[in-house]
Amino acid sequence: MGQKITIEPVTRVEGHGKVTIRLDDAGKVTQSRFHVVEFRGFERFVQGRPYWEAPVLVQRLCGICPVSHHLASAKAMDVIVGAGPGKLTATAEKMRRLMHYGQMFQSHALHFFYLASPDFLLGMDADPAVRNVIGLIALDKELATRAVLMRKFGQEIILATAGKKIHGTGAIPGGINKNLSPEERDRFLKGPDPLTIDRMIEWSQAAIDLFRDYHRKNKDLVDRFAEFPSNHLSLVRKDGALDFYHGCLRAVDADGRKVLDDVDYQDYVKHIGEETRSWSYMKFPYLRALGKEDGWYRVGPLARLNTCDYIPSPLAQKEFETYKAYTDGKPNNMSLHSHWARLIELLHSAEVIKELLLDKDLQGTKLVKKGRRAPEGIGLVEAPRGTLFHHYRVNDDDQITMANLIVSTTNNNEPMNRAVNWVAMNVLSEKPEITEGMLNRVEVAIRAYDPCLSCATHALGRMPLEVALVDAAGRVLQRKVR
Amino acid sequence: MSEIRFTIDGKACLAERGQTIVEAAKANGVYIPVLCNYEALKPVGSCRICTVRVAGRYMASCTQPVTEGMAVENTAPDLEDMRKSLIEMLFVEGNHFCPSCEKSGNCELQALGYRYKMMVPRFPYLWPGRALLAGSPLLMLERNRCVQCLRCVRGITSKAGRKVFAAVERGPHVTIEIDPKLAAKLSEEEARRAMDICPVGAILRKEKGFALPIGQRKFDHTPIGSDIEKGTGR
Repeated sequence: MGQKITIEPVTRVEGHGKVTIRLDDAGKVTQSRFHVVEFRGFERFVQGRPYWEAPVLVQRLCGICPVSHHLASAKAMDVIVGAGPGKLTATAEKMRRLMHYGQMFQSHALHFFYLASPDFLLGMDADPAVRNVIGLIALDKELATRAVLMRKFGQEIILATAGKKIHGTGAIPGGINKNLSPEERDRFLKGPDPLTIDRMIEWSQAAIDLFRDYHRKNKDLVDRFAEFPSNHLSLVRKDGALDFYHGCLRAVDADGRKVLDDVDYQDYVKHIGEETRSWSYMKFPYLRALGKEDGWYRVGPLARLNTCDYIPSPLAQKEFETYKAYTDGKPNNMSLHSHWARLIELLHSAEVIKELLLDKDLQGTKLVKKGRRAPEGIGLVEAPRGTLFHHYRVNDDDQITMANLIVSTTNNNEPMNRAVNWVAMNVLSEKPEITEGMLNRVEVAIRAYDPCLSCATHALGRMPLEVALVDAAGRVLQRKVR
Repeated sequence: MSEIRFTIDGKACLAERGQTIVEAAKANGVYIPVLCNYEALKPVGSCRICTVRVAGRYMASCTQPVTEGMAVENTAPDLEDMRKSLIEMLFVEGNHFCPSCEKSGNCELQALGYRYKMMVPRFPYLWPGRALLAGSPLLMLERNRCVQCLRCVRGITSKAGRKVFAAVERGPHVTIEIDPKLAAKLSEEEARRAMDICPVGAILRKEKGFALPIGQRKFDHTPIGSDIEKGTGR
C-alpha cells in the first residue's frame, strides 16, 4: 500500500491519535495501542539550518506550548555559544523565566479549564455537544470567564517577553532580545482589573479548591481511573525544589526510591535510551538503569510533584503539603491526580510571575553573553506536559548537523498507552458496543497527560481520535472516528 | 531648474528633469512598489513590480524617466493584480518560510505580500532545491530565499572595487555566488550593508539573527510604502 507523508506548517505534534483494541474470541481485550500516526520530521529538516534559527523554527512543533521548544532550543544554543547554564546575564535568565512561567500559567489554565474540566464538571457521559468549553460557559459563566482571562494573562506575559503570544522570538543564543519595560511590568502588577497578578493568584487558589471539591465528591473515580505504578522523571533544582526552567535530572520509582539524582542533563544520553516500535512514529524512552522493559517513566505535573522535595513559593508549598499527605508522602500514581498537580503548578507559576515582576533585574540592559564556542549543546526545560529535551550538533560553518528532540508527549508515550489500556480493560472489555461515553473515557485518559492531540487548529475537545475494535482474526468489528 | 508637470492616477505632480517615475512619485508622496530598485544603485528594471501604464503601454517605472505631460496609471485594479501576481510568483519560485526567517518583519518581499493581501498564491509551488552557502566567516547566503534582484551584485564591492557577489548562469538557472576570498575579508560593517541591501532573507549576518525584538522591526507597525505616502520617506 502506498504511503503519503505530509508536512505542513499547520500540522502539529502528535496531531492525530488512533487507538486499536484487540479482542479474543470471548470478547475480552487482549491488546490496546495508542498510536500517533503523524510523521513530523523536524529533527531532519532542521539540519543544515543556521543554529540561531533553531529556537524560532523548532517551536513551530506546537501551538500550545511553543515557548517550551523556544527555550529548550535556546538553552542548547547557549551551550553552543559558550553561555551555558549559569552564564546568562541576570536580565536574560529572568526574562526567560518570566516567559516560561507565563507559558506554564496559560497552558495549565488551557489544559485544565478548556480541555479537561468539561469531563468533570459536565460529566464523562454528557452529550459531546455540551461537554466542552462552550458547555462550561452555560454551566458556570463566571468560572468560564476566569478561565479565558487566566489564559489571556499568561499569553500577555509571553507577548511582553517574546514579542508575540504564539511563536515569538525573545530568546536568542546567549540571552534575550528585550527587557521588560516599567510600563509592561506595571500593567501586570496593577491591571486593569481583573488582569493583575494578584487576581491570578487568587483565581489559581480557587481552581485548586474546585478540584478538591470535585475529588471529595468523586473520590473513587479520581483515585482509581487509570491508576498504575510507574517511574517518574523531571528536572529539579539543585536543592530539590520544583523548577520549570532549569535543574538536574531526577527520577524516582513507584515507591519513591531515587533511580537518578543530581544528573547533569548534558549527559542525558548516558541515562535515557529511546526505543522504536514498528507501529508508532513516537519513540519510547526509558531509563537505561532499569532497561527497556521496566525503565519507562511518566513526566509532567504528576511526575514533577513526585520528584521534587518542595515548591519554592508559599501558597503552592502549602497545597503541595496537602497533596503529598494524601499519599503519605509516597509517589502519586493516580492519572487523574495529574490535574490536581497541574493546578498546584498553576498557583506556583502565578506566585513566581509576581516575584519576577517585582525584580528590578528585568529592567536591566545587559541582554546577551557569549563565550567559548562548543560543537554540541543540550537544552532541557520542564514544559507544561513534562520534560523536554533538545540536543543539537553544529559545524564550524554554524549549521546544525544533528538534532534529537524528546518531547513531553514522547516521554509519556508508554504511560499514555498504559492509561488507554486501563480504560480498555476496565471500561471496554467484554462490552458488545462502544458507546460515546466509553470513547470519551479513552480521551479522558490521554487528556490527563496531554491535550496536544487536539491542539491549535482542531476544535477544542474534539480530539481527532479513531478507535477500532478488532477480533482475534483481525477483523474490524467496530470503528469510531471523531 | 525647470520642472516637469505630470500626473499619477490623475493627481498633479511635479518632477525634476531626469527623475525616474519611481523617484518623482516618491517626491510627490505617491508609493510605487519596488523590489530590485535600491537607493544609490543604477536601476535595472528586472523585477517589474514597479510596472505602471502610460498611454496604454506598460513600463518599469524605476528605469523610465518622467516626461512633460505624462499621465501615469499606478493603482488601476488590473495593474495592482498584476503586481500581486508577480509577488506570488516570487514566493512560489523560491522557498520562503517566513515563520522561521530572521528577516521576517524587515523583509520587503514579505511586506509586499502583506501590502497586496496575498493569502494563497495562484501558482503552484516549485519547491526548488537550493544549497545554503555557509562557508564565509561573517555571512550566509541562503539562496532558497533569493529573488535574483541583483542588488547585492550591484551594491556590494570590496575596497578595491571588486564585486563580492556575482550572478551565474542565466534565466531560470541564475544563481548568486559569493567570492569566498573577498567575503573572507569583509568587515562587520560591510557584512551589515550586504544584509541590509538584500530585500529578502538571502544574505544573513552570522550569529545576529533575531536580535531585534518583534515590534521594532521595519514593517511591524505600518505597511511598506507608508512612509512615502505620509511624506516621511527618504
